[in-house]
Parts: sequence; C-alpha cells; structure tokens
Amino acid sequence: MADLTTDFLGIKSPNPFWLASAPPTDKEYNVRRAFEAGWGGVVWKTLGSEGPPVVNVNGPRYGVIYGADRRVLGINNIELITDRDLFTNLDEIKRVKADYPDRAIIVSLMVPCEEQAWKDILPLVEDTGADGIELNFGCPHGMAERGMGSAVGQVPEYIEMVTRWCKQYYSKPVIVKLTPNITDIRKPAAAAMRGGADAVSLINTINSITSVNLDTMSPEPSIDGKGTHGGYCGPAVKPIAMSMVSEIARNPETADLQISGIGGVTTWRDAAEYITLGCGNVQVCTAAMTYGFKIVQEMISGLSQWMDEKGHTSIQDFKGQAIPNTTDWQYLNLNYVAKAVINQDDCISCGRCYAACEDTSHQAILMSDDRVFTVDDSECVACNLCVDVCPVEDCITMVAMEPGTVDPRTGKVVQKDYANWTTHPNNPSATAAE
Amino acid sequence: MNSPFTNGIAAQRLNADALVENFSDLHAPLDGHEAAVAADRCYFCHDAPCVTACPTDIDIPLFIRQIATGTPDAAAKTIFDMNILGGMCARVCPTEDLCEQACVREIAEGKPVEIGRLQRFATDTVMEKGVMPFVRAASTGKKIAVVGAGPAGLSCAHRLAMLGHDVTVYDAMQKAGGLNEFGIAAYKSTDNFAAREVEWLCSIGGIEIKTGMALGAELNIDELAGCFAAVFLSVGLGGVNALSVEGDDKDGVDDAVSFIRELRQASDLAALPVGRNVVVIGGGMTAVDAAVQSKLLGAQHVTIAYRRGRDAMSASRYEQDLAASFGVNLMFNAQPKAIHGNGAVAEIELEYTSSENGKLSGTGETVRLPADQVFRAIGQTLTSDAGLKLDGRKIAVSDTGRTSRDGVWAGGDCASGGDDLTVTAVAEGRDAAMDIHNTLMGSK
Repeated sequence: MADLTTDFLGIKSPNPFWLASAPPTDKEYNVRRAFEAGWGGVVWKTLGSEGPPVVNVNGPRYGVIYGADRRVLGINNIELITDRDLFTNLDEIKRVKADYPDRAIIVSLMVPCEEQAWKDILPLVEDTGADGIELNFGCPHGMAERGMGSAVGQVPEYIEMVTRWCKQYYSKPVIVKLTPNITDIRKPAAAAMRGGADAVSLINTINSITSVNLDTMSPEPSIDGKGTHGGYCGPAVKPIAMSMVSEIARNPETADLQISGIGGVTTWRDAAEYITLGCGNVQVCTAAMTYGFKIVQEMISGLSQWMDEKGHTSIQDFKGQAIPNTTDWQYLNLNYVAKAVINQDDCISCGRCYAACEDTSHQAILMSDDRVFTVDDSECVACNLCVDVCPVEDCITMVAMEPGTVDPRTGKVVQKDYANWTTHPNNPSATAAE
Repeated sequence: MNSPFTNGIAAQRLNADALVENFSDLHAPLDGHEAAVAADRCYFCHDAPCVTACPTDIDIPLFIRQIATGTPDAAAKTIFDMNILGGMCARVCPTEDLCEQACVREIAEGKPVEIGRLQRFATDTVMEKGVMPFVRAASTGKKIAVVGAGPAGLSCAHRLAMLGHDVTVYDAMQKAGGLNEFGIAAYKSTDNFAAREVEWLCSIGGIEIKTGMALGAELNIDELAGCFAAVFLSVGLGGVNALSVEGDDKDGVDDAVSFIRELRQASDLAALPVGRNVVVIGGGMTAVDAAVQSKLLGAQHVTIAYRRGRDAMSASRYEQDLAASFGVNLMFNAQPKAIHGNGAVAEIELEYTSSENGKLSGTGETVRLPADQVFRAIGQTLTSDAGLKLDGRKIAVSDTGRTSRDGVWAGGDCASGGDDLTVTAVAEGRDAAMDIHNTLMGSK
C-alpha cells in the first residue's frame, strides 16, 4: 500500500489530510476526535490576543447552497476567530500535542498589525510544542472590519511585514494563509515569500451572500432581520481555489514556495488534484462539517488505492505533475481537433445534450423521431457542453481526430503539428513561426 | 362474526380494524420531504418521453421542476391545464405503462421518477385548499348538454364552462363521477375522493349536474339536440358481457362491476358479503380490482382465471403483481366451461387453452375449482347507440370526438379510439370541448 506519510516543511504527518482552521478545530474535544478518526493534522482554530476574547453572534452562523437532494455544495459562515480564552486554548494545544506526537498541530493566529502584539503571542505558542503557525490573513468577515484577517491579506506590504516579525520571534515553520478576495493571488504570495514565509495556504473563504429570505428581505444567515456577507467554502469554491494554487505554482517568482491546498476538498480525488497542482498537503473543513470526521477514512483509502494503481509510492511522486500542463490560453494547440461521440448503448435518450446544443451552442446534435441522438461532425466544435450536461458518465466523450483526416466542420486537414495563437495568422500580434 | 373460513357467501369475515387497514390508501401520499427527494430525480428531459406517453400531454418535467422549486400550486396548475382530473389520474393511472414506463430513469436504472405520486402531491396541495385555479370566461350564452358524468363528461364540462358556456351534465346514476365513483378499487380513491373531486371541479361554476337521467330512458338524443347548442355523449359502457356457459345463471354468479360498485358505495364494508372461494373471470383492471377487493374483504381463496397467457392480459404486470401480493392466485390459459352447483354455484369448471396463430382453442383438459362466488369481468358493452354510426361496438368518432350526427360529440369508453382509461377519457372530453367551442364560436 502506498505510503501517505507527508513531510510538509519538515512537519511529519501520517497522511496529507489536515483539518483547516475552522469550527471543527476550535477545542481539545474536537481535535482529539479528529485524530482518533485518522486525520493527519489540524490547524487549530485561530487564536487572538490575550484579553477578553471576541464574541460571536447568538443567531445562525452559516448559510448554504444546495445541489440536488440537499447535497451541500457550499457553506458561508460569519463565525469569528476563537471566542475562548487564549490560555485555555494554549493549554489544550499543549496537551493534545503531547498525546499525539505523530500528528501535525499548527496554530492559526490573528492579532493586530503591531509588532508588539506578535511579539507577545509567539512565545506562548512556541511553548505549546505545536509544529508551526498559520497566519490568518484571510477571514473576510467581522475581523476584517477591525483591520485583521483579509484586511491584511489584501495589502502585500502588511503580509510581508507581519511574516517577517513572525520569522523573527518564532522558530518553527510559518505558513501564510491567503485570502482569495483579491485580483491577483501571485502578489500576496510573493509578499509572503519576501517576508520569509515557509509556505502559503489557500484559499481562505470568499466574500459571499448565499441567499436572501424573500419573506423577511434579509440575507441569510439572518440575525434578527439583518445579514452580512460571510466567507464561502465547500465544493463550490474548489475551482477558484485550484486556479489560484496553480497561479502561484506556475509563477517563477513563487515556484519554490510550499503550498497547503484548501478549498472544497471533499474526496480523495480532490486532494490528489490539489497535490498534482503543487500542494504538499490539503486542508479540509466543509466536508467534515457536512459528514463528520469519518470521511477521512475514504480519503485515505481512496488516495492509497489510486496511488497503488498508478504506481506512486509517496505523495512526492505525483506532487506538481499537472503544473507543466497548466498553461496560458495562448499556448493551447489550435491544431487539436476533437468531436463529441455518443455511445448509443449507454444513452438513455433524455435529450439534454440536444437541448443544450440546439438552444445554447452549435446545433451539432441531431435528434431522430425515435429519440436517437447523434453528433453532426460538420457542426461540432467540441465545446464539451453535451458531455457536461449528460446524466450518464462517459456516455458522451470527446474523441480526437487523427492527423491527416479532414474536419468536416472546416473542410481542413487535421495537422499533426502543434500550433498556437501566438503564431496564428488571425492574431494581429502574431510572430512568425520559427 | 365470520372468518375467511366460513363457507358460502358471508359478510363480516374480517373485523372493522382489519377492513380499515385493508382499504386505506394503496400508496400513501408523499410528504413534502419525500416529494422534494423524488422531484430532484427528474432530468428535465428535452421533448420528454413521459409527456409523449401521457394521453393528456401533461408537461411533466415542468410540473416536477415547479415542485422541486417549492411551488406545488404552480405545478398543479400545469397539470390541471391539460387534465382537470389530474387528482384522480394521479391515483388510478397505470403509470407503469405510461409516463413512468417512458421515464429515462426507468431505462437508466429501472427506477423511474415517481411521476404519479408527485402529481398527487401537487394536485392534493391545491385541492386541499379548495382552490379552483381557473376562472370562467365571459358567458357565451351557449347551452351544452353532457350525457354521462364520468371522467370524459366532467373533463368536457369543465373545459366548456371555463370557456364561458353553460353546461348541463346528466347522469343515469344517483351520483356523479362515473367509473371514478363506482368502478375503481376503493383503496385507489379513499376518503370519498371521487365525490370531492366532482365538487371541486364544479366550483368553477356554470355546470349543473342532473342525476337519475339515462340516455334511452329519461333522455332522448333528438330532444337533447333540439334543446342544446351541442351534445357530448360520455355514457360509458353500461352493459356487461355474459359468460355464455352452462350454469351462468346460478346464484353467486355476479358482474364484477356490480360488486365493485356496491363496495364503493357501502357505508359499512363489514356488512358486505363475499365468498369463501371466489373466482374472477377476465383479464382486465376490473378483474384485478374485484379479485383484490374480495381478498381484502376476507375471502379465503381468490383466483383470477384468464383465458389467454399473461402477456395478453390487459391488466399491467404491475397490477398482476399487486394482485399476487395480496394473495390472489393468477391462472392463465383457462376459460370457463361450466358452472356447477345445486341452485347456487359450488364449483367452476375451467378448460385449459392453447393459442395457435393467435387463435384460441380449448385443449379438452379441464379443472374444477371450488367457488361460492364467480365474478364476470370479461368486458362491458354500449347500452344505447342513440342511432349514431358505430365503429365496431362503440360510437364512431373523429379525432376531436365528432360523431356521425352534426352537433353531437362523444368520448370516453363509449366512443371509438384510445384505451379505456380514465386519463384517455379526460383527454377525449377536453379535446371534444375545444372542438365544440371552436365550432360554436365560429373559429378554428
């Protein structure tokens, strides 16, 4: 069986599945349960400065987006950092770490952007024996209004400054957690790197309003008739998070920066995908909040099976393997021609491909009187919408045309050579092919 | 107190609690959560096969989506637009042969979307509120007669009333509803649903129902044609085919439709007598409804004897299995040869059959079954043709229900074309109403 042991910044964990800093990691009771369930590590829910802790709302904290059958696709939350006393948390962290030396415990921190605040808390954290810290520059709600969380993560200079303080006053790895509520994720990542960060973790949650109550006219979750934007997470945000991860991994300036991937990891497959984009591990929250800690068992068994099938013996074997294949649009091969093919044995004749293609795409699917659906290659641009809307997996596939054959849509012979937009005659800025 | 083992035809074979249990809703209605889960399974197919399979062309994907998005009232409107008896059809339609058989998830997984139960969820939502989601158009001043207050007649009457006409509905029975009220199994129409549906349907206004008026007796087609701008005949099939075997006249040999009718109207099911050994002759829904209800009343042994093979049976496989699940014995390729007994039936003699080139013949081998009660369920016949041209044994009609006589339309079981189903009758009544309207108002 594949070895799932992960070494992230020198921090060892039995598997790459960590629980993200969030409600599931708020206290000793939950974290012990998580470790018993098999999680490789946790990032303890964010601690604030010494003194009276923050308070949370006493109404609902979460809103949700559902798919079919009330499957949770996304949650937004307006919970703040820990509302428990700093020293209670520190004592618990110390105890749990002592009892689970083989698991990773990272302490998430959020204190004001003043050097003294960090200088005060870092030695206390160091004393717990935790394996590292994660700087919460991401939470977009509540704390950002007080100049912390995403308010810091949106200013690269602050990221660099605070990271530098942490490296100065703390001896173990420093992970900077990034907010996605910015335009170019490479900038804060580069700032963290300049500050000396050992890694970045992303994404934190996205500003969101999940729904509006049409009776009370209040956004949900509604607190006595009023709502505020929360932080959006769960499977719905995975595509956004993976794109941001890939941007950092592909950027030469930050290519060496270690990444902990966060955002909608729900199955082993999601985790594997993040790792192929360069992540050293993943952090999970919504899936655990939806199904409980037990889901890690599927993640472990699924990832092991897949690695065995692919011949990978360690996480390192496939880490970053998809990065070279992640490129800019302009470098995509315009000579590659595919066509949709419908497997008639698998087709259940629902006609969704037809409706989608006929109404919203290229009129490339034909429907017979007896509901047989076929592809008209002379119209098919291989957009993939039919594949996407088909309820039967692999019933419709995209099949590449052989070089030398004629594309009936364009009448042109399919070329075997690679050619992209940069050299295309229709591109006014084209450079001559070398 | 009797029991299933009491000989002869006897009442009170089961106690009151058992009877209540036996005759409760065959399929419990979906609650809100169940409906949401069931609705989520619909793929919203293009040009959906379920719609094609529905005789009334209900836009099924649309109404299911309306349920899924929390607007069951809108879903019901979508259903009633095409089928004003959508409530009853949700209960009695052989969906396994119609919409649900065509559902792509039946093809994909062998488990169709539960269209019938979802339809009931939507229609019940509106009907329980007593809301009639249609309003009458301005009065046209036209008076139209509908003869027969069954599904075809009610559907026709509602549509005509909605279009502004004044409709008088006649029925030979003392109560409106036709087969919905008198002819289907009690566990498919519980809590007096058929009567409540008639009341609800008539709440649109402009419909007057006159009972105890039969065509060929109190009513005559010439007088009707003279008094009304148009006449729609939906008189059903009032006659019952005879067995034509020796002993057919013995006590204990009854029409299945009469048994079902009495059962539906009974105020106390325990008082209803049923045989210890019941044999039902026939292969349709009436045979199944009579057999199952005999069993539910407490008959010890109930057999359906059908002269052809299982595949030829007009009751669906689902209905056959339903009967078998209640303990009804299904006998195929067996036709009645004689009924024996001294005054009252004691035994039925059946002859096995074989079919060659579609022609059925007896094999000569016979079997005798003990029987205290034999039900005839081998089809019904038209009792009055009103002098109209026939097609086979039914009134000949065009696609829109026009008969051979100007100003007279017909639909439902009495008219040619279509299966003898509630839902087909509803479609025929609706379509005839539109044709009557267009004809009277001079538009097409």
